[in-house]
Amino acid sequence: MPEYLIKGGRVIDATGERTADVLVRDGKVADVAPDLQTTEDVIEARGCIVSPGFVDLHVHLREPGDEEAETIETGTRAAARGGFTAVVAMPNTRPALDDAAVVSSVLALGKEAGLCDVVSSGCITVARAGEQLAPMGELYALGVRIFTDDGFCVASAGVMRRALEYAASLPGAIVAQHAEDETLAAGGHMHEGAWSSRLGIPGRPSVAETVIVARDIELCEVTGTPVHFLHCSAAGTVALVRAAKARGLPVSAECAPHHFSLTDECCEGFDPQFKVHPPLRTQADVEAIREGLADGTIDAIATDHAPHTPESKERPFEEAPPGMLGLETALAVTITELVEPGTLTLSDALALLSWRPARLAGLEAHGRPIVPDAPANLTIFDPGHEWVVEPGGLASRARNTPFAGRTLRGKVRHTVLNGDVVVRDGAATR
Amino acid sequence: MKHLLSIDDLDVESLTDLLDLSEHFVAVNQRDIPKVPALRGKVVASLFYEDSTRTRLSFETAAKRLSCDVMTFSVSQSSVKKGESLLDTVQTIEAMGIDAIVIRHPAAGAPHRVAEWTDASVINAGDGRHAHPTQALLDALTLRRHRELNGLRVAIVGDVRHSRVARSNVKALDLLGADVTLVAPPTLLPESLEGWPVQVSHDFDDVISEVDVVMLLRMQFERQGEALFPTVREYTARYGLTEARAERLKPDALIMHPGPMNRGVEVAASVADGPASLVTEQVANGVAVRMAVLFSLLGSGATIA
Amino acid sequence: MSVLDAGDLRRAQTRIAHEIVERNRGAADVVLVGLYTRGLAIARRLTAAIAEFEDLDVPVGALDVSFYRDDIGLRAVTPTGPTEVPVDITGRVVVLVDDVLYTGRTVRAAMDALTELGRPRAIQLAVLVDRGHRELPIRPDFVGKNLPTRIGEDVRVRLHEVDGGLDSVELRAETIDGGEEGMVPA
Repeated sequence: MPEYLIKGGRVIDATGERTADVLVRDGKVADVAPDLQTTEDVIEARGCIVSPGFVDLHVHLREPGDEEAETIETGTRAAARGGFTAVVAMPNTRPALDDAAVVSSVLALGKEAGLCDVVSSGCITVARAGEQLAPMGELYALGVRIFTDDGFCVASAGVMRRALEYAASLPGAIVAQHAEDETLAAGGHMHEGAWSSRLGIPGRPSVAETVIVARDIELCEVTGTPVHFLHCSAAGTVALVRAAKARGLPVSAECAPHHFSLTDECCEGFDPQFKVHPPLRTQADVEAIREGLADGTIDAIATDHAPHTPESKERPFEEAPPGMLGLETALAVTITELVEPGTLTLSDALALLSWRPARLAGLEAHGRPIVPDAPANLTIFDPGHEWVVEPGGLASRARNTPFAGRTLRGKVRHTVLNGDVVVRDGAATR
Repeated sequence: MKHLLSIDDLDVESLTDLLDLSEHFVAVNQRDIPKVPALRGKVVASLFYEDSTRTRLSFETAAKRLSCDVMTFSVSQSSVKKGESLLDTVQTIEAMGIDAIVIRHPAAGAPHRVAEWTDASVINAGDGRHAHPTQALLDALTLRRHRELNGLRVAIVGDVRHSRVARSNVKALDLLGADVTLVAPPTLLPESLEGWPVQVSHDFDDVISEVDVVMLLRMQFERQGEALFPTVREYTARYGLTEARAERLKPDALIMHPGPMNRGVEVAASVADGPASLVTEQVANGVAVRMAVLFSLLGSGATIA
Repeated sequence: MSVLDAGDLRRAQTRIAHEIVERNRGAADVVLVGLYTRGLAIARRLTAAIAEFEDLDVPVGALDVSFYRDDIGLRAVTPTGPTEVPVDITGRVVVLVDDVLYTGRTVRAAMDALTELGRPRAIQLAVLVDRGHRELPIRPDFVGKNLPTRIGEDVRVRLHEVDGGLDSVELRAETIDGGEEGMVPA
């Protein structure tokens, strides 16, 4: 498309809000002003917000290895429909993203699908086994900036220290930890607390998370390497991260929408749709996460989009795999649960969905202010659009959303990727 | 009521009705031919994913005495290893035409899943640590034939944390007005007691002279490997109903155990087989209670609210 | 509408008591088995009546037929009381006693329940009211009153020891929605 006009929307980015039309030409923003005209295509944005495209730091695309649950194509289509113009693919694929060949193929598949910028993470240790360091330099050369063994916690403090020291030689590299001490959490399937005791399900206590967060904050101080905490779920974690930032340490944190909206009470009916690691916790934890989002302690909303085949979730709670979808509901859950009640302004919410994660991931082309010459990675959404989440209507191959049947507000109408309109009027264009 | 998945499915009225109905079946079981044609033509499938001959036989006997046809799926390790999922198995059974599934499974919540997948009635015969409602019913039935339950002081002793029998009994006894005290070391109590209508003691000797009933739980030896208690000997010394402790019981105190008993561990052999023990009665009442449950779910349709 | 009053019932009971004794050539090996709840009450009255003129204590048993009904699963079935027959019925004449005989299904269930308890030499049936509309080949041996009825009508037997007040038998016409009209107590 040579040129088109996004007309009638309200632009919100890191510099502020303004009512303006956005002219896009040759993959870039050409002009931003009220009452622009064009003879070419008009993308209708009346009643909508025009924002820099969202960036998800934590997505499981499942390819290679688990394509029945999701492929890079179906996952990025879900991302695009959710308003994400860039996603960071997690490395617990089969084989894991611990060598250059696998990472290259993931990047290539992402480009081929052309629905979203796929950025690869890289393992911290070979096969995520927590022992030998993965070839971080090789992966860095391919553009990897976020190193994580996600799915597993790096259990040994000694190995984590070496990884941080080594990563210090790679400018802009972040080591991201799945904070769950296996010796405390092992055998557990939901939050350890009043509900797990009542239901007789072994629990994963909050302390399994905070113990690792505290440890890695100390290692961050000793090594100086940025440490990022994935899917924060516990009140104690928020407190630790807040204190670490107050000490000036390069610590960052993300949280998933399910952790600021759902509690362990959801497990009452033993429905595995509500099973996730780290687990849904108590209302007090949800409140603490919300406070962390509001006061800047938490830097990003990252979905931890974790597709599973329907058959695998049709099992008894303790036998089903943990994980929930998130890409297509993230915006709506954020608006309904945080913006509408006044916990966040829409601008702060967009910061958490777009420009702050973009900065953490080192993605120059995303989350940028919408001004002439900026790459056109944009999300156009209607914050008031009410809709009911139907698992069958999602672009993801999987159906395991904990929000099934819920009425939410906020829906993406169009998504622009490097100038390409990949989602138009709610439907993917490819 | 369509299913019996947990004592939570009952209120004090429906629980009492079920116990009253059980009495009728106690009477049937005492006849020369302990059989009635009430559920003739109904098919009951028993799906036991844990080894448990006793409970399975108790359910199957109950079904047969109601003239049901019984299908047994005692799932051995090999067929589970073949990869057939619980969903597959349930769908296969249902295609054969069944009215009820009695399921025992090591994972909490398995009966709840099964109830979503089938039109048949589902009876929970024990799911993980969560619930064992028919055990609590037969315990309540046994107890109320000897004592007034309202205000009765009951001690539940042993590994409460991992016990579905304890969880169901706490709920049933609370509904019926009894006072429950849990007796166990901290590592064998639930991680959180929030909302549990119980008192707690770590000292068996403290409470033993004050209770009317001692319900003993089976010691699960595999827990020793999980560092939940030091040795069996120490457990018996602190929490076992030894002969010495039994002498300090009230003269008319009663002793119960869901079985199978580890004689010499949680209870001394002489005490287990002594006059205060209701264990054999519990087993006998198990069939009657299970007949009542089956009759309620498949027969009357409206006996339980 | 009242079809039998207390006096009619007393006379019918006495007549049935005599008929039972006459038919069975004395009542030496008879046992009366009443169906809960009113059949049992009638059976007790019969044994008292027999004792007056025959100087014989005819044993009375109680029968609950809930587990033998053929409509289990179609409607709520709640057992009423324990089945208790104080003597061995094998070789004896069992007289089943009930208040109203209608389709015959309850009596069929009662016979099945009885055969679980033993093998009677004979089973006879005594009812206070036979209202017709049999659905099974069952006929009473002793009847208090034959009462032609319509299917939508309801026959209510009231006994002093069960329902309080005076004995009576009433016939009520039920409306389509299950309400009652034309009810005049005795």
